[in-house]
Amino acid sequence: MRLLLLLAATLMASMLSAQTPAAPQASNAAAPRGNADNGKKIFTAYGCYQCHNYTAAGGGAGPRLAPRPIAFPAFTKAIREPRDEMVPYTAKILTDQELADIYAFLLTIPAPPAVNTIPLLNN
Amino acid sequence: MAKPKKTPVNRRGFLKGAAVGAAAGAASVIAPESLVAAQPLQAQRPAAPLPTAAQIAAETEPLAAEHNVFTVENAGSDFMVDVLKSLGFEYIAANPASSFRGLQESFINYGGNKNPEWLTCCHEESATAIAKGYFNVEGKPMGVMCHGTVGLQHASMAIYNTFVARDPVFIIIGNALDANTRRPGVEWNHSVQDAAAMVRDFTKWDDTPGSLQHFAESAVRAYKLAMTVPMGPVILTVDGDLQERPAENRARLRIPKLTLSSPPAGDPGAVAEVAKLMVAAENPLILAGRVARTERGMQLMVELAETLQCPVQGGGRNIPNRHPLAGGGSVRNAEVILGLQVDDLWGSLHSFRDQQDRAYTSLIKPGTKVLSISANDLYTRSNYQDFQRYAESDISIAADVEATLPLLIEACKKLITADRRRVFEERGKRIAATNAQAVERARVEATYGWNASPISTTRMSVELWNAVRTKDWALIGGGGSRLWNIQKFYQTMSGGGAAATGSALPNAVGAALAHRKYGRLCIGVQNDGDLMYAPGALWTAAHHRIPMLLVMHNNRAYHMEVMHMQRMANRRQRANITNARIGTEIADPNIDYATLARSMGLYGEGPITDPQDLGPALRRAVERVERGQTALVDVVTQPR
Repeated sequence: MRLLLLLAATLMASMLSAQTPAAPQASNAAAPRGNADNGKKIFTAYGCYQCHNYTAAGGGAGPRLAPRPIAFPAFTKAIREPRDEMVPYTAKILTDQELADIYAFLLTIPAPPAVNTIPLLNN
Repeated sequence: MAKPKKTPVNRRGFLKGAAVGAAAGAASVIAPESLVAAQPLQAQRPAAPLPTAAQIAAETEPLAAEHNVFTVENAGSDFMVDVLKSLGFEYIAANPASSFRGLQESFINYGGNKNPEWLTCCHEESATAIAKGYFNVEGKPMGVMCHGTVGLQHASMAIYNTFVARDPVFIIIGNALDANTRRPGVEWNHSVQDAAAMVRDFTKWDDTPGSLQHFAESAVRAYKLAMTVPMGPVILTVDGDLQERPAENRARLRIPKLTLSSPPAGDPGAVAEVAKLMVAAENPLILAGRVARTERGMQLMVELAETLQCPVQGGGRNIPNRHPLAGGGSVRNAEVILGLQVDDLWGSLHSFRDQQDRAYTSLIKPGTKVLSISANDLYTRSNYQDFQRYAESDISIAADVEATLPLLIEACKKLITADRRRVFEERGKRIAATNAQAVERARVEATYGWNASPISTTRMSVELWNAVRTKDWALIGGGGSRLWNIQKFYQTMSGGGAAATGSALPNAVGAALAHRKYGRLCIGVQNDGDLMYAPGALWTAAHHRIPMLLVMHNNRAYHMEVMHMQRMANRRQRANITNARIGTEIADPNIDYATLARSMGLYGEGPITDPQDLGPALRRAVERVERGQTALVDVVTQPR
């Protein structure tokens, strides 16, 4: 269990660090056109939600993916050839179009409320 | 010894009277019709067959005097209760079973059902896990009783869980050794030659006393061994005849004095070497496992961290979670790493990749010194592999960490010069700043998915914190986070164990029971899959008026297993990768945990799916708990 938590934390740290320097708006141009509605369905049906939660906000088993996802090439690489514990999704089980659909879904996820607007987080 | 009394009311006399009654009953069957009409159901019942003359004769013939004994004074199990009372047990947890009927009766009548008090449990696994939770708070064992066969089989997983956690549980199992006195039928199924054999791989010690004096000595020895570091579960197999026969020479039976062994401290020379390396290091790191056994242990850990201004990872009960040195540091960057009672030190020093080709790499840089103080090498077994992968180290001290910390702190203080102190202070400031930033990041991270439905686990944790933060609270399960302010030793559980599903609920019940006399508000997050193993522990909590609040982390799945199924399907390139929930989800129908809780006498709310409803529900439940109730709030959550 501790090993799993450590691995999850390591994965989260590496993914988040990958997110930080990315300039999402600039990278979106490189992403193929995707169907966000289908991407939302796939996100659940294909199991992405299992580690990243239904909102892609991340959780105890996987990093936050949205809003402002990492650049599409890095996103593709992380899914096709994951470095750490990420479950691999090859083109055989997740087509390039489906991958683009998921990315399109992630782009639709709005920014969260500002932390200073949530009283419980300011106690 | 008092001679057993003979009674004029013997079994055969009772049967003889019953036969006469049966005859009278038969006569009533042919009563006047008016009476039959008044009692139509009774009249339609078939008459019981009358015993034959031969049966009556067999039941009423005089018996030899030695077989005509019906009562007993000074039952052996009364003495056993005297022994167990001397050990200071507050509770005995058990599901009732005939193989210890003599001892149970002695507890509730001879012993007055007080110190120990009997806890009615619905499953032996629950009883054992309740004892584990109780120890985690109270620091001493609870007694557990079960059948030597079917009961112990039920209890075995929880026993293994306590063994891996090195927690003491004192287990008494009933058995019927003498085939000549066993009752026919079921009692044979419930008897065994060597009852403890099936759990001997994961118990610290067991015995089968052959006499009451033997019982007394083995009970005291068992308690002592259970409480000697490394602690662990112990078992006494208690024969039914020994319980039920009179205690001969009661006045000559003696209860030995219990003297607990002091925990072993580390070799002073080796401790001095550890201190030398830690004081000289520019980037030391402390990895803390289950170090603090007591409040004093937490104080010592804080003192060590502050003496060295060294970050402590794996805080738990070892250091308040908002302490400036709680967290931070890096295995990759440290030049000296001190592992304190770390069960899986290898796992802490390596990354392991669960892909088709499993691979691992060392996280530490060349030349890093790895130091270890742990009691695990003092006692381990071979068959079950809970000892984890072998970790290389430069200094290894087999000792109890809490007992060794005063030596280590003193040794460090002797070596710290003014120059080193200045270096430490600067280091401490950097670590404190990093940890403060981590708290701020956690606040921001909590905003993501804040208004999501299903409810995010972070939102659930923060709402729970808000409901209890001004009270004297204690966590009896999961739920705390970096956003909580956990300052006291008793506010968290020590954890440990075999990641055994089904343990968390009874652990929480046992912990809440221990907290009850201190008046603490007990709260914990409860997983749905774990609860469904043996939800009867909820009833035990309600029945025994144990105040506690369980907040369901209801993700409607054995979610870890969902992820494993996904991993396997993807790895194998299946044509359909959407089946991971087959065999892993707990849905269709969804379980209504609030109703389940109410059915067993708890206060229940939910299922809650709108995050706006969660805070008010938790406040209502907390009010109930403060009035002495057991409460459950079912929250439908994001998976993780």
